[in-house]
Amino acid sequence: MIELTGLTKRYGSRTVVDRVSGTIEAGGIISIIGANGAGKSTLLSMAARLLPMDEGTVFVDELDVLSTPSDQLARKLSILRQENTLSVRLSVRDLVAFGRHPHNRGRHTAEDREHVDRALRYLQLDELADRYVDELSGGQRQRAFIAMVIAQDTDYVLLDEPLNNLDMKHAVEMMQLLRRMAHDFGKTVVLVIHDINFASCYSDRIMAMKDGALVHHGTPEQIMRPEVLRDVYGIDIRVEQIDGHRIGIYFA
Amino acid sequence: MNPAATTAPAPATPGTVPAGPPSPGAPSGSAAAVPGASGRRNARRLAAASAVVLLLAVVSTFVGVLDVTPWSLWHQLVSGDADGFWASTEILAVSRLPRTASVVLAGTALAVAGLIMQLMVRNKFVEPSTVGTVESASAGLLVVSIFLPAAPLMAKMGFAAVFAVAGTALFLLVLQRVPLRNTLLVPLVGIMLGNVIASLTTFFAYRFDLLQTLNSWMIGDFSGVIRGRYELLWLVLALTVVGYVAADRFTVAGMGQEFTTNLGIDYRRVMALGLTLVALISAVVVVTIGSIPFLGLVVPNLVSMLIGDNVRRTVPWVAVFGAGFVLVCDIVARVIRYPYEIPVGTIVAVVGAALFLTMLLRGRRR
Repeated sequence: MIELTGLTKRYGSRTVVDRVSGTIEAGGIISIIGANGAGKSTLLSMAARLLPMDEGTVFVDELDVLSTPSDQLARKLSILRQENTLSVRLSVRDLVAFGRHPHNRGRHTAEDREHVDRALRYLQLDELADRYVDELSGGQRQRAFIAMVIAQDTDYVLLDEPLNNLDMKHAVEMMQLLRRMAHDFGKTVVLVIHDINFASCYSDRIMAMKDGALVHHGTPEQIMRPEVLRDVYGIDIRVEQIDGHRIGIYFA
Repeated sequence: MNPAATTAPAPATPGTVPAGPPSPGAPSGSAAAVPGASGRRNARRLAAASAVVLLLAVVSTFVGVLDVTPWSLWHQLVSGDADGFWASTEILAVSRLPRTASVVLAGTALAVAGLIMQLMVRNKFVEPSTVGTVESASAGLLVVSIFLPAAPLMAKMGFAAVFAVAGTALFLLVLQRVPLRNTLLVPLVGIMLGNVIASLTTFFAYRFDLLQTLNSWMIGDFSGVIRGRYELLWLVLALTVVGYVAADRFTVAGMGQEFTTNLGIDYRRVMALGLTLVALISAVVVVTIGSIPFLGLVVPNLVSMLIGDNVRRTVPWVAVFGAGFVLVCDIVARVIRYPYEIPVGTIVAVVGAALFLTMLLRGRRR
């Protein structure tokens, strides 16, 4: 369970995240949606102690993210930010193996190698394992980073726009993979996501942010409604029921 | 960075013959072993490279004005020339072996310092002599020369180190304030900062009539190395080993602050460690040898192109290449206008600049 209390971030006079309070229950996929600049990524960064908050607290399973030793937290929660330009040349396998660092501090055991191999297999990176990450396509690179986070094997996985750079096929595969992680292994996956239909089809819960505030929080059925989406995005979005999923139609 | 060398030719190192020459900086192949077949291949290649460097070290030991070679030693031995033999071994012990050792130590440590610096700044185009570290160390030396001219070498080194830490920290601070982290902007900021510090240092050196002394720090030269005057340099071996032990941390730091934090590593502590290592290595080398520019730039880039950037794997390679590179340059420096010497810093700068240009032009393909 991740508990946010009065979480606030300001840059000068601009408040990017405004007194956000809420509880993210353990297990399942939680999507954070909202317009550009709504504060989604900032919220995620603060929850993962990448960014200091100006006010408020974040507790992950009773652990205060600010005061808990960073390496202890790294075995409990992982985060992947959206822009991952790697300025060091690493092979895919080496990159993924660094996900084990919080567990082994660089001394790899057979179990660690097992984790790394499994993560590579999960993301179909076996054949790319010895390639340099900077020589991969955007989508392959994205998968390599996700594999690293999976190898980190934490209860909570925070991903900032994991579908960036992925084509439809890989985007769907990624979401299916995340759902498997969440449901089969009891992980809690928190995503910042732009495509409301992916959020609708795969999430257990959706948090909607607007102007730094958490304005809606509920199941896809509760969020995927024209009046709610209008409030969040400021445009009219028709919502249709297709194959049991609520799909927002916003292209025209 | 490096003022055009106005080199009064220094007489080459006297000296002579072989004993098992020390190659203290060349790590053994097994140190780099990583699991798997590619790891073993890597270890074998590293062992081969180390052997080449060892050979270079032997050659380096027997280059000099006085005729001390394995053959001359053998000749003295079989002809019963005991006096000549002892004189030769004395030259080896006092001059030749210390020189070879210091070449290997400085080459190894400077290359590794460059690597660490590049990871800390996340930019391949920086090294201690292009971001103000070396200039700051010289400034510290100047200050101590003005105010405490009789201070022991250790104290001078301490001053140089403190200034080097401050100068490098200033560079990192400035970088933090630069909004655009452009690949070319980062080294430019460093070069500008280094030049500002160097200008101030030159001004005060001029006022205090210490320009020549300053020059000797800015242009690396092994000709002054003799027993009793270089031992401080062994310190860099320890620093290099620390760098190797912390290799994973530097790799991770090279991936950025957020990445580092996610893996539960204290980014600021890694940066502080890197800063300390780089500044201390620079200070020790400047105090004992003088600045050797480009080395920390060329060697890590070369290794990166060949085997990537996993520091755990690259540090031994960077160390071996660094030692080999300086050994070759130092041999050239001693041979090119025999019996006079050209400062090794000059040779390294010329060769390094050429190598670096080539790498830049080839790298454009990627």
